[in-house]
Amino acid sequence: MISLAGRDILHAWGKFIFTGIGLGLLIGVTLTMAGVYRGMVDDGKVLLDNSGANLWVVQKDTLGPYAESSSIPDDLWRSIRTLPGVAEAANVTYLTMQVGRGQKDVRVMVVGIAAGEPGTSGWPPQLVAGRQITRGHYEAVADIATGFRLGDEVNIRRNRYTVVGLTRRMVSSSGDPMVFIPLKDAQEAQFLKDNDAILMQRRRTEANRAFNRPAVPGLLDAVIASQTSNNSVNAVLVRIQPEYSPREVAEPIRRWKRLTVYDRAQMEEILVGKLIATSARQIAMFLVILAVVSAAIVAFIIYTLTMDKIREIAVLKLIGTRNRTIAGMILQQALVLGVIGFVVGKITATFAAPLFPKYVLLTPIDSILGFVAVLVICVLASIVAIRMALKVDPAEAIGG
Amino acid sequence: MAAKGIHIEGLSKRYGEGDTAVLALKNVNMQVAPGEVVGLIGPSGSGKSTLLKCLGAVIDPTAGRMVLDDEVIFDDEWKVRDLRALRRDKIGFVFQAPYLIPFLDVTDNVALLPMLAGVGNDEARKRALELLTALDVQHRAKAMPSQLSGGEQQRVAIARGLVNRPPVILADEPTAPLDSVRALSVIRILNDMARRFETAVIVVTHDEKIIPTFRRIYHIRDGVTHEEAGEGRSFQ
Repeated sequence: MISLAGRDILHAWGKFIFTGIGLGLLIGVTLTMAGVYRGMVDDGKVLLDNSGANLWVVQKDTLGPYAESSSIPDDLWRSIRTLPGVAEAANVTYLTMQVGRGQKDVRVMVVGIAAGEPGTSGWPPQLVAGRQITRGHYEAVADIATGFRLGDEVNIRRNRYTVVGLTRRMVSSSGDPMVFIPLKDAQEAQFLKDNDAILMQRRRTEANRAFNRPAVPGLLDAVIASQTSNNSVNAVLVRIQPEYSPREVAEPIRRWKRLTVYDRAQMEEILVGKLIATSARQIAMFLVILAVVSAAIVAFIIYTLTMDKIREIAVLKLIGTRNRTIAGMILQQALVLGVIGFVVGKITATFAAPLFPKYVLLTPIDSILGFVAVLVICVLASIVAIRMALKVDPAEAIGG
Repeated sequence: MAAKGIHIEGLSKRYGEGDTAVLALKNVNMQVAPGEVVGLIGPSGSGKSTLLKCLGAVIDPTAGRMVLDDEVIFDDEWKVRDLRALRRDKIGFVFQAPYLIPFLDVTDNVALLPMLAGVGNDEARKRALELLTALDVQHRAKAMPSQLSGGEQQRVAIARGLVNRPPVILADEPTAPLDSVRALSVIRILNDMARRFETAVIVVTHDEKIIPTFRRIYHIRDGVTHEEAGEGRSFQ
């Protein structure tokens, strides 16, 4: 038996190809939207992976340091380091800001990393060019997505940093590339006031008789020094010893230090389940709408193609063609349209993904699910046309 | 009674019920022998198409008896379970317009019927080519229907009607879109094929050009048929 669907498609291949391309672009957008969501999740996981930490110690009752602000003293790490099971503890600060690059701004996450050596928690785990930060001030390692190159100078607040190393795929949970600078510089940058504000603050302090006592020389200087320095960090990153579980190490920190501690699973839940949950729902809504629009388009196209063949279908039924042969013809055409659309969509998404400003991750499982969804949509969309075709009276082929 | 060809006795068809009922066919009797071509003539609304649809097993007669090729197919109710198979195997259709399947070439348009009946593709195409040769359109065997002239399309449609060697051919205004020469050519072909394959042919027509070619004619008016002898003129 010849394939009626195949012959019809070959006969009207232009119509099928162009319709398939149109549908494919829609499917491409759908796959890309799914890729955007996957990219957001992956950005969050990469952020956690690259921090090198097993535990995140943050201000009590906050979801810091990524989902909420968190501020803890910068000397806490010493006492945390002494607790059983802690292999390493390192301060870290995170600050999202705009930095100038040539004539343009680029949005980055400035990470303040504690002094140490490569492999210390918070440090970029590997570089693609240059070296790690070796000086205590004014050196930076930047992600290549920032557009900076080795030797470039980065202005952060009032200070200028030289890019000495480049790294890759070091991004915040919202996809902003990272710039690593020494912790002290980062602490200063986080709370640094402008000159006028500092001047005003000093005048107010000097005018305060409680701080400016003639009988206590040095008090005023000490107060002013404390006002202009920042002794807070956003979190302490903790790496645990292999023989301990995260829960064993976290519990004494919560209990004795009265801080909040998150392990990897909890932090992932915060990033994926809370931080990007709204975006995920937004994308899910888009996916549903795109799926419905795709189904409507396929249904409309298949319905129109079938309407164009009403007389032929009546003749086919009159001369003894089984209903299932006719239904099969329509169904196969819908599926072929879906396959063409999916192939075009997949190619479109693959080529378009790198052009997006944020990371778009196209996973094989999404492609498989997308393909299955396209086939299901095509089957459902062809039902209307099949019902109509099966209702065609063979008597319509005979005049009168 | 069983007989070759077509035998219709007391066939009636009523549309609707009660006060709105319309009796489209009233006690129709008709016989067409194998190899014979008869005309069925009548004005619009006389019941021609209804009769053709009853014979073609696409609508249900209300009462009567129909025998096709020794088989009682209707006796106040259908006696054949699979009307689709009946249409495929026992009845050939030729329409006013050829209604060829536009996405199949000429050979496959004809070969489709035997394929639907389960004949292998090669054998079906062989049968199709034999008929196309008999109808002198074998040179267009690979052409698409849109590439054929009106006369060629109608000959291909006749080949499609004959390819399963049905004992009956029902032709609904087969010459309507054709000029005199092509119309007479189609009727000559139907007569040749009817004799060659022992097929009973009913031609529904208004076409004054071809009416004189029938040896027997059934007139139908208000659902009632009466038979008369035709002129049986030569096709030349």
